[in-house]
Amino acid sequence: MTSIAAEGPRVAAPRGSHRRGWWRRNWVSLAFLAPGIIWLLAIVVYPTIATIRFSVYDETATKFVGLHNFASVFSTDAILTAFKNNIIWVLVFPFFVTFIGLMVAVLTERIRWATAFKTIIVMPIVFSTTASALVWRTIFDLDPHIGVVNAIEQTVSDWFATPGAYPLNSSIGQSAASLASFNATGGPGGTLVTKSLVHPGGTVMMGLTRVSAVTLQTLGATTPVAPKKMAGGIAGLVWNDFSPLQTSNTTTIVSDEHGLPNLRLSLVSSTGSSVGSTVTNSSGNFSFTHVAQGSYHVEILGSNFQTAFVGTFWLGSQSVTPTSGLDQTAQSLLSVPLIDLAMIISYIWIWAGFAMVLIGAGLASLNREVLEAAEIDGATEWQTLRRVTIPMLAPVLTVVFVTMVINVLKVFDIILNMAPGSSQGPATTLALSIYNDGFTGGIHSGLASAIAVILFLLVVPAMLWNLKKIKG
Amino acid sequence: MTVVSKVASVRERRVVALAKRLRVSKAAVNVILALVAVFWLVPTISLLVISLRPESLFGASGWWTVFTAPSQLTWGNYATIFSQGFASGGVLDSLVTSLEITVPVTILVAMISSLAAYSLVFGSWRGRDIIFLVIVGLMVVPLQVALIPVVQLYREMGTLFGLNPYGTIPGVIIFHVAFGLPFGIFLMRNFLTGIPRDLLEAGRIEGAGEWKIFYRIVLPLALPAIASLAIFQFIWVWNDLLVALVFLGGNVHTPLTIFLYDQTRSLAANYWIVSTGAVVSIFVPLIVFFSFQRYFVRGVLAGAVK
Repeated sequence: MTSIAAEGPRVAAPRGSHRRGWWRRNWVSLAFLAPGIIWLLAIVVYPTIATIRFSVYDETATKFVGLHNFASVFSTDAILTAFKNNIIWVLVFPFFVTFIGLMVAVLTERIRWATAFKTIIVMPIVFSTTASALVWRTIFDLDPHIGVVNAIEQTVSDWFATPGAYPLNSSIGQSAASLASFNATGGPGGTLVTKSLVHPGGTVMMGLTRVSAVTLQTLGATTPVAPKKMAGGIAGLVWNDFSPLQTSNTTTIVSDEHGLPNLRLSLVSSTGSSVGSTVTNSSGNFSFTHVAQGSYHVEILGSNFQTAFVGTFWLGSQSVTPTSGLDQTAQSLLSVPLIDLAMIISYIWIWAGFAMVLIGAGLASLNREVLEAAEIDGATEWQTLRRVTIPMLAPVLTVVFVTMVINVLKVFDIILNMAPGSSQGPATTLALSIYNDGFTGGIHSGLASAIAVILFLLVVPAMLWNLKKIKG
Repeated sequence: MTVVSKVASVRERRVVALAKRLRVSKAAVNVILALVAVFWLVPTISLLVISLRPESLFGASGWWTVFTAPSQLTWGNYATIFSQGFASGGVLDSLVTSLEITVPVTILVAMISSLAAYSLVFGSWRGRDIIFLVIVGLMVVPLQVALIPVVQLYREMGTLFGLNPYGTIPGVIIFHVAFGLPFGIFLMRNFLTGIPRDLLEAGRIEGAGEWKIFYRIVLPLALPAIASLAIFQFIWVWNDLLVALVFLGGNVHTPLTIFLYDQTRSLAANYWIVSTGAVVSIFVPLIVFFSFQRYFVRGVLAGAVK
């Protein structure tokens, strides 16, 4: 201290005045910068460093644990799921949102109502992700009276596969075979076939059971009538072989039993081919006329037991899993939760406007003459787009893509709000894990900080890329 | 001669063919984009319709049935959620809280960013470029990285000065301002570099100080950029959920995003009420968006690093 004071007047006098001059010239400018710098140092820079420190300490930040938290990150199932989901998001979302943004931006140039169109596409950006997630949660709802997607699926599904009169609930183990009672047995494809063979001029009876009274009433089932022989044809009956009065009688018709109406039947020859089809009437009776000589089975078609539309549980924990030629580990790695797809679609709805605006601005700055020359020289529009427009737009497309990658690395709000409680686990991401591990039930700094550090490291390449662009 | 005219006629034919093809494809493009526009509008329309349909109809029939039976529409849900007035926990209280957070953040970010950018552009000291690059680097730092230490910092402020911003609206504001600054400074600096230094010199010759030059000359010129920044910042903070959850979760007054989040997390999610709240929550940013669409789009364009 003393030596500095002693040296002070000798050496520092000219420098001091120089420094004072520097201060005098620049202090206002530095004062302008100070609030921003102090704010950034206190709330962004210092906390980032502190998080790195927390990541090598235990949950209460008191004991040094080395890389233990990072080891936990890679051995905790919930966090590995988060990693997997983040990878799905990063692989799927940026590509599609950029692609859709490009398509829409290119096409918008050809319409007169471009301004209105752009407004419609951009609008979702200003909604909170929370609100958007809630909207999409109803859109993907399982109940076709609430969710549009399942309502459309139901309409299409009913169109192609009309539900049968006797829908089975396979989820509680019901099958067509379990309905067989008399002279009936389960056949291939959820059918029921007669045990006995029948010949033209003969009759056949099939007894089923466990058909609910409500179903019978709805279908208007009446008392069964024993089939009468007919020349050159086969007459028969399918009835609900259960009498509340004579519960043990399982072979003959009782007066309080019911025929089974509206069953679609097929007559199957000994070679296994269907030679005729018919439908039972209200008493369960049916007939096949003009049957060639031979022996036949009667088959109740599987479609009679076709379940009514159940809907896709978009927001549940189901996954789309590739099955062919893969072992179990590969399957679980490659399986994509349906809810991820639903959320990515919703997120595209939110962000496509961003991509469109950026790419649209890029398009507007392209050299028109090059594009026109390509078109006049006979290039198709697709060729022009692929060979001329996209290469020229490459810088903008990269910016959009990278911005979207950074965005989905941090994806959080949409999962918290769109996934129902039971699906939060399968749908979780790194950002959500930080919140759940760090902030639910008090502050726990260790594991959450380790995940945050990893998240930070993942955006570092983007940071460097940004800096390179600005400098170059 | 003949070769040239042949080439010319081939070219002419191609132009005619092109024009024909464009006419056909123009109709197709209009149809495709109309479908895309409808697809994009469906969620917003569904939100509005659900908010205007009575509770009893929610699970009974799809909201789209309203197009054949418009008599379903009612203001009932709005009456229900507004009936609480400004009492805490109600949607209006949340609306006010959202404004209490968003407006100060927007003003602070605009002011501090403009000052800092002015300093970085027009200052004459060395090292400005490096500071700017560091700030650009901070633009992509995920705010998740800072949450836990800032909570601890706030608590320490409580023990040291008796002022703990944790759990208070100023606490949220401080955090949001910090994470709004890198983008704000970036955007403002890019704009200010376009202002000719001669203008400032003219001011200096007339004896104006730095503050006066900033306030009288630069700020008026920078208003379009400030508008872009302010709108961007407003919408960003208005729609934030995470920061509010961490610093205000469980508070008496919470912003709209937490109001919605709480409603869906409650055991019986009342979608018709949630949807009504969501309409209220998107109302303010929509007004801002439609009033200043041009500036908003500029902000979006500036947001991506070029």
